Amino acid sequence: MIMGLETENKEIENNLREIARGLLKEKKVDVIIGYEKGSLPLLSQPIIIDSEENVDKLIWNNLCYVNLAKYLVPRIPRFIDPEKGNLTVGVISKGCVGRALIHLASENKINLDEIKIIGIPCNGVVNRQRIEMEIGEKEILEVSVSDNNVIVKGKDFKKDFPFDEYMNELCKGCKIRKPPLISKYPDLCVGECEEYSNIADDFTDIEEFESKTPKEKWEFITDALSVCTRCYACREACPMCYCNLCFVDQNKPIWFGKTTDLPDIIVFHLIRAMHMAGRCVACGACSLVCPMGIDLNLINRKLEKIVKERFNFTSGLDPDTKPPMVDFKMEDAQEFMLEED
Amino acid sequence: MTEPIVETNQSKNKEWEPKIIAFLCNWCSYAGADLAGVSRIQYPPNIRIVRVPCSGRINAYFIIKSLIDGWDGVLVSGCHPGDCHYISGNLVARRRFAILKELLEFFGIEPGRVNFMWASAAEGERFAVLVRKATKIVKELGPNTKFQKEW
Repeated sequence: MIMGLETENKEIENNLREIARGLLKEKKVDVIIGYEKGSLPLLSQPIIIDSEENVDKLIWNNLCYVNLAKYLVPRIPRFIDPEKGNLTVGVISKGCVGRALIHLASENKINLDEIKIIGIPCNGVVNRQRIEMEIGEKEILEVSVSDNNVIVKGKDFKKDFPFDEYMNELCKGCKIRKPPLISKYPDLCVGECEEYSNIADDFTDIEEFESKTPKEKWEFITDALSVCTRCYACREACPMCYCNLCFVDQNKPIWFGKTTDLPDIIVFHLIRAMHMAGRCVACGACSLVCPMGIDLNLINRKLEKIVKERFNFTSGLDPDTKPPMVDFKMEDAQEFMLEED
Repeated sequence: MTEPIVETNQSKNKEWEPKIIAFLCNWCSYAGADLAGVSRIQYPPNIRIVRVPCSGRINAYFIIKSLIDGWDGVLVSGCHPGDCHYISGNLVARRRFAILKELLEFFGIEPGRVNFMWASAAEGERFAVLVRKATKIVKELGPNTKFQKEW
C-alpha cells in the first residue's frame, strides 16, 4: 500500500480544512489552492479545490515544499473565469508563500483584493532529495513521521531520518514561519498569521564563506555549480521568475551562451542572482527541485544579506514598500566607487 | 609645436597590457574624457570607450558579457550623484552596481576587474587620474582567464 507522509500535526490539517470549508461556504473565495498527497510516498502536489466535498483532500506536512505563489503570476487559466474575470483565490500559505504573495503585490503583479492568504505555521520542509540519495535504488513504499523522525519503509528495509538533520538548510534559520499579517488589509489573512517588525537575521554562515580567499571561493562555487545541466528547474519553481522571456532564452541578441560549459553556467547563476536581489523570499524551492542537488541557498542568503545591510529591506513583509532595486536614496553607500587617493 | 609624448612602453619591452572596456555616460564622463583629451592630459591607452546615454542604461549583462568576451577589465563611469541628466539614472544604477560588485566578489571573481567611478564634464584631470588607477588595479590582477572556455 502506498501511503503519504503521516504527520503528528493532525490538528493543523483539521484547522486548515475547517477554514477552507468555511471560506468556500461563505463564498469568500472561489477556489482554493493547496497541497494534496503526491503520487509517490515522498511527494506532495498542488491541488485546486472549488467545492466543499473536496476539502478533505487538503493536506499539510513537511513535504509541502512547492511555493504556491507560482500559480498566481501569471495566473493559470483555472483562476480566470471567462465571464467573471479573475477569481478570488485562497492560497494555503506557509511563511514563504505568504511573503512571495505580498512581495508580488508590491511589484503590482498581484491584486491583494483577489487573493486570500490562509496562514499555516510551518516548521520546515524535508529535503527529499537527500533522503532519496541515501536510499539509492531501492523503492520507497511508505513514509511516516514519529518523534521528529522521518521513517522511510520499503520492501525489505526501514530507515530513520532525524528531521532536524534532513530539514532543508534554509528552513533551519527561518524567522518567518507564518505568513505576515498586514494591518492595512484586514481581510487579506485568515488562519495563523503573525505581524513582523524588525527581523534580526544571523548571517554567520555567509560571513564565514566571505572570509575565504577569492581562489577558495571560486573553487567552491565552480565545484558546486559545475554539475548544473541548465534545465532551468530552479527558474520554473521560483515564484519571482515570471518574465515572459527569460534572459537565457533570448536570442536577439544572444546575451550569454547556452552551453553547459563552466563560464556559461557561472554566468547564468550570476545573472539569476542579480535578478533575485531584494526579491528572493527564501522559500528554497529552487534548491529543492534541482535534479542535480545544487544548493543555491548560499547565493540566495548572500543576496538577503546584501539587501539587509545596504538597504535595510526584507522582502515580502509590506506590499506598499517599493522593492529596493527600483528605488534609490541619495545617501546610499558608495564605498565601492573608485576615488582619487 | 609641442612634441607629443608617446608612451613606447609596449614596443620597448613586451610587458602585458590590460584591455579595459569603459562605459561612459554621454553627458558627464564622455565629455570629461573629451576634456582630458583636449587638455592634453595623459592617461593610459588601455581603455576603449563605449558611449552610453546614461549610467542607468548599463545593465549587468553589459559588464558580464564584456568579461566573457575577454576584456581584462570593465570601467563604468557616470555623472556624480545628483547631477544626472535624467535626474536619477545614476542613483538607480548605483544600487545595481553595489549588488553586482558584491556578487562578483562572492563568486570569487576578483572585484577589481569591474570598477565604477563618477566623473563630471569639468573633471578631465580626475578622469585621467581614475583611469590610471583602474588600469593599475587591472594590470596587477593579470589577464582575465576565469571566463575562458576550454576547448
